[in-house]
Amino acid sequence: MLQAATYQIYPIGDQAITLDYGGFMSDRVNQQIMQLFHALKEWQIDGILDIIPAYHSISIVYELKKIKKQIGNQSAYNYLEKQLRHAAANLLEQRVETGREMVIPVCYDLSLAPDLAELAAMHKMSIDEVIDVHCAVKYRVYMIGFLPGFAYMGKVADSIATERKSTPRLKVPAGSVGIAGNQTGIYPFESPGGWQLIAQTPVSLFDAEKEPPTYLQPGDIVSFKPIGLEEFHDLKNNKI
Amino acid sequence: MGIRIIKPGLSDSFQDCGRYGFQHLGIPPGGVMDEVAATVANALLGNASKEPVLEMHFPAATILFETSMMMSLAGADFGAQINGVDVAMHQAILVPAKAELRFIKHKKGARVYLAVEEGFKIDEWLGSYSTSVVVNRGGFCGRNLKKNDFIAFNNPEDLEIDTLTHLPWIASVGEFYTNNMIRFIAGNEYPVLEKISQKTINTKSFIISKQSSRMGYHLEGQALLLSEKMECLSSAVNFGTIQLLPNAQLIVLMADHQTTGGYPRVGHVATTSLPTLAQASVGDSIRFELETIEAAEANYLQQQQNLQQLVNACNFRLQEYFRNE
Repeated sequence: MLQAATYQIYPIGDQAITLDYGGFMSDRVNQQIMQLFHALKEWQIDGILDIIPAYHSISIVYELKKIKKQIGNQSAYNYLEKQLRHAAANLLEQRVETGREMVIPVCYDLSLAPDLAELAAMHKMSIDEVIDVHCAVKYRVYMIGFLPGFAYMGKVADSIATERKSTPRLKVPAGSVGIAGNQTGIYPFESPGGWQLIAQTPVSLFDAEKEPPTYLQPGDIVSFKPIGLEEFHDLKNNKI
Repeated sequence: MGIRIIKPGLSDSFQDCGRYGFQHLGIPPGGVMDEVAATVANALLGNASKEPVLEMHFPAATILFETSMMMSLAGADFGAQINGVDVAMHQAILVPAKAELRFIKHKKGARVYLAVEEGFKIDEWLGSYSTSVVVNRGGFCGRNLKKNDFIAFNNPEDLEIDTLTHLPWIASVGEFYTNNMIRFIAGNEYPVLEKISQKTINTKSFIISKQSSRMGYHLEGQALLLSEKMECLSSAVNFGTIQLLPNAQLIVLMADHQTTGGYPRVGHVATTSLPTLAQASVGDSIRFELETIEAAEANYLQQQQNLQQLVNACNFRLQEYFRNE
C-alpha cells in the first residue's frame, strides 16, 4: 500500500502543468509517478499532447484551446490542477504496477570503458569489484530524457557512485554505459556527455523504425549482464 | 515538380507544429519556432495551419523553382528576391518555372518561412513532418537542406504561370509581435530568486548571445542569484522555459529543447510572446514582463481568435481571386 505524500502543482508554461512530490531519488515516489502516468493516460480529456513522468514529478502538455472548449469559464490550468489532485488522491486505491524486467548485456572491457580504471582507483576498489557492484543491482528507469531513449536509472550503490567528469567529452559513443552520482544510464546516440563511462552495450537503445522507438521505457526494471569483448562484437554485428 | 537547393543556408529545415505524444521517451517535439508566421504563410495559400513549411535563418538558401508554383514568405524579412526582383513578405506570389528565389539582406527578424500551395512532399515520422536532426528522421531526409537537394511539391499540377505575380492583398501581422517585450509566468523557483534578482528580471534588458539556436537562447544580462542553494532532480521542461544556469545567466529553451532539465526554472515565456522571441536575433535586446497564468491564458485565446480571423480573411480573398480570374 502506498502512503499519501505531499506534492505541489505548478504551471511550466501556459499550456503545461506539473505535479511534483519533491525530494530525492526514491523508488517509492517514482512508483507513484508511474501509477499516475498510467492513470492519466486513461483520461478522457481532449487536448492532452504529452504526459511526461520524471524522478518525482509528472507533467502534462496540453492544448489550451481544446481544454477550454470542454470546461467553460474556469481557467484550463485550474481545471487540470483539480483533475490532477483527484488523480493523486485516488492512487491509494490502485494496485502497484511493476515495470518490465529487462536484462541488458554490457561489456566492461577497458577498451570500451575509458573511465572504469580511474573510477575503481578513486574508490580504492579493483575493476572486478566495481563490475560486481554495478551488476548486483536491479535498476529502475526513473525517467527518460536528455536524448531520445536516454534512460536515467538508479540507484547506483554509494560505493561506486561518482560525480560527472569535470570536463564533458565532446563525443561519447552510442551504447556507452555511464555513471553520474547515484545514477546510471546508456547513451542511445553518439553525443557530448559528462558521465563516467564504465562499459558499453551492443544493444541498440533507439530504433526510429520501431514502435515505440526506444528500447527502454519509464518504470522498467533493468539489470546488467556482463559479457566478454568477443560476445560484444558478435552481438553488435548481428544487430540483435 | 518541386524546388532545388542551389545554395544551402545556415540551417534550413522543414517544420510543422511539432511531434507530440513521445516526450516521455525523451523525443522532443521540435516544430516551427514562430507558429504565427508559419500559420500565416500557409493561410495565404489556403493550406491547413499544420502544413509543414521550410524554416530558414540568415543566410538563407538560394532556391530554384523548377516548375511554377504559388508560394508565400512570412516571419523574418531577409530581402527576398525572385530573379533579381524584390518580392513581398506576407503575400501570396505566383512564381513562374525556372525562377530563382534568393535572400540578399538581413533586414528584420531571425527566421523566414517558405510555404507552397498544398505543401512539400517530405517524410513523416511519429505523426509529424518536423525535422529531427538527432534521430535523422522527419522533414527532408531527417536533416537540414544541402546543395542540390530536390524537394517535390505535393501538388503535381503545372500551374503554367508566365510572369511573377503578387496577389493583391497583404496579411497584416503587426499585432502578433511586440517590440522586445516578452511576457512570462513565474516558474516554480521564481520565489527562490533574491528579491533584487526578481526586480532585475522585470526591469533590465537581456541580450541574446551568440550561442543561441533552435534549442535555446542564452541570454546575457546582470547576474541573477538564488537566495538559497538548490539542487533539483530533472523534470519536464517546455518551449519557453527560462532556466537559471550555474553561471548566474538565463537560458530560454526553444523549439528543439530537450524534454527534461534540472536547472532552476525562474519562469516560462507566455505562448503569445514566443513568436516575438523566435524573431529576436543574436545581439537583440529583450525585456521581460511578469503576468499571471490567467492573463496568459486569456491573451493566448484572444491571439488565437485574431489569428483565426486573419486565416479566414486570407482564405476568403484567395477564393475570391480565383473565382474572378
